[in-house]
Amino acid sequence: MGELIDALAVALKAGLGFQAVFLALLAIGINVQFGYTGLLNFGQIAFAMLGGYGIAISVSQWGLPFWVGVVVGLLAAVVLALLLGLPTLRLRADYLAIATIAAAEGLRLLFRSVSATPVTAGTRGLSGFNADFVALAPWDTSRQYPILGTRWSGAELWVTTVGWVLVALSCLLIWLLVRSPWGRVVKSIREDEDAVRSLGKNVYVYKMQALVLGGVLGALGGMIYALGTASANPDQYQNANTFLAYAALILGGAARVLGPVVGAMLMFFIIQFADTGLRTLIGNGVIPEDLLSATDVAQIRFVLIGLGLMLLLVFRPQGIFGDRREVMLDAR
Amino acid sequence: MPADQTPGQPAPHGAHAASLDATATGAAPRLLARAALRDVPWEVGVAKPDPAIVVDGVTRTFGGLTAVSVDHLEVQRGGITGLIGPNGAGKTTLFNLLTGFDQPNTGTWSFDGRPLGKLAPHQVARLGVIRTFQLTKALSRLTVLQNMLLGAQGQKGESFLRALVPGTWRAQERANTEKAMDLLTRFKLDRKKDDFAGTLSGGQRKLLEMARALMSDPKVVMLDEPMAGVNPALTQSLLGHVKDLREQGMTVVFVEHDMDVVRDISDWVVVMAAGKVIAEGPPESISQNQAVVDAYLGAHHDAPLTVEEEDRVLAEAEAAIAREENAEGDVIGSDTRREEDR
Repeated sequence: MGELIDALAVALKAGLGFQAVFLALLAIGINVQFGYTGLLNFGQIAFAMLGGYGIAISVSQWGLPFWVGVVVGLLAAVVLALLLGLPTLRLRADYLAIATIAAAEGLRLLFRSVSATPVTAGTRGLSGFNADFVALAPWDTSRQYPILGTRWSGAELWVTTVGWVLVALSCLLIWLLVRSPWGRVVKSIREDEDAVRSLGKNVYVYKMQALVLGGVLGALGGMIYALGTASANPDQYQNANTFLAYAALILGGAARVLGPVVGAMLMFFIIQFADTGLRTLIGNGVIPEDLLSATDVAQIRFVLIGLGLMLLLVFRPQGIFGDRREVMLDAR
Repeated sequence: MPADQTPGQPAPHGAHAASLDATATGAAPRLLARAALRDVPWEVGVAKPDPAIVVDGVTRTFGGLTAVSVDHLEVQRGGITGLIGPNGAGKTTLFNLLTGFDQPNTGTWSFDGRPLGKLAPHQVARLGVIRTFQLTKALSRLTVLQNMLLGAQGQKGESFLRALVPGTWRAQERANTEKAMDLLTRFKLDRKKDDFAGTLSGGQRKLLEMARALMSDPKVVMLDEPMAGVNPALTQSLLGHVKDLREQGMTVVFVEHDMDVVRDISDWVVVMAAGKVIAEGPPESISQNQAVVDAYLGAHHDAPLTVEEEDRVLAEAEAAIAREENAEGDVIGSDTRREEDR
């Protein structure tokens, strides 16, 4: 029983940790793009990578202050959104999807390539860029703090705190936006672009705004991740994260302000709980070693997540916060 | 073959003009467009006294197919102009061209003397030319009221930054909501205001689309098959609303297949076939036009069957069916019997 509580505590830490913040910010961005505006961005991780590397390269390689790095990261995300949006947003939705998925993979390969090594340090990655940020913490970052039965380092706690503040501010922003006439226009674009055009709205501009906003939120997520891990490595930014964020969004409920946040927390909680829980059960012999070995757990937990998502889609397609009537409507 | 070359074309004046006067009494604004069009000759490309829309030499080809090729067309302001023609005549393509949803290969067209070429759809809409669609575009996962509010023009809260400061758009939003509720009441959709538009019936969606178009106070309303798939009771109500638009001084252009509807509400009818305008004139003139009859309407186009005729046709059909059934019945019957014997 004590072990189970330990597993719960570890899972709770994962659900509240900076990885969850990272995923939540990615998912909030996707929620703006996909949930409200109907844009298929399958390369959200590229924006996160630009955010993380914006700080890492500015501080470690160019010796610039931390805040300049933040600005560089955000600007890079805006530029990427514009570059992706300009040619594709006039076309059908699937063109953006193809362009973003290719950009995400292409940028990662570019950042880890030999020719980019002088700037990005290639596969070794960059580190030592978060000292300025950690120094901002109002508490002693060299200590460990026990919270809810788990131990947090001071720096980790600081990143996480800043991260959740960012999440809260983003949610406030989205909440303000979606209940305004602006939100009404983007939701209408999701339903039928041509109808919105025929009513005198410049659909292209709204789609671009949504793409940029979502990309900037993704970049913030990437920054939190880079600061949390204190390193930036291209292979941290695998595009699987984009789809994990989509899963979190659908779990929480798309087109709901808190959907992506709760979805991301729950996702990490479940993954970590399945991991620790299964390992504990194998360790004390409840699950026989022949059936499932400790080395398989890493894979099995994702199988469980997949199974859970399937059940969710069958029994609660609207996610945790969604409106079933809304989801059940024929989308046309 | 243009109508003006048709031999035996009836003179546009005289008896017809008198009958128009008779039908038009009672509704004063309606008289304006009809009266203005009374002396206009029934010719393709004829100049109207007060044109709102002027089309010149517009062509649109899809590969080898010329979908639209209109030399000259004027649409009278404040009137209801019906656009008819067989399937594939280019009516919807012409609509798309006029509203910026498609760009022509050649040609110019203008609204109130302002050229509309090279304008994007939303720019055309902002000038006051609002269209609806053949396949109704209700925004399913928005409520009926939200659908309506989307139609309002010049909303401050639709800009990204001002959206974040509700104080800048609250008052406007309230005014728009009031206007939307008035329109919804007129269209008898006020009780549905908080329902998702996706739950409305096909006819209600048509009503919603028309009401939404009116939110922008348009000068020209272009309706693409407003009556398609609407039950007869609702058709009457929709017809009433279309006539109301004219009473309020709007110019209405609509595409329709139902000749009864066209005859009932239009002041002027434009007939298209194979991308060209083949005839123009008041609704009464169209059925007399040989080019139209040849291209589109067929032999029994305008007269509904009389009771006697209907009975006769029905009786003939029933007799034919009975004959066939008897013949088939025998064959099948003997077949099955043979199979049972085995």
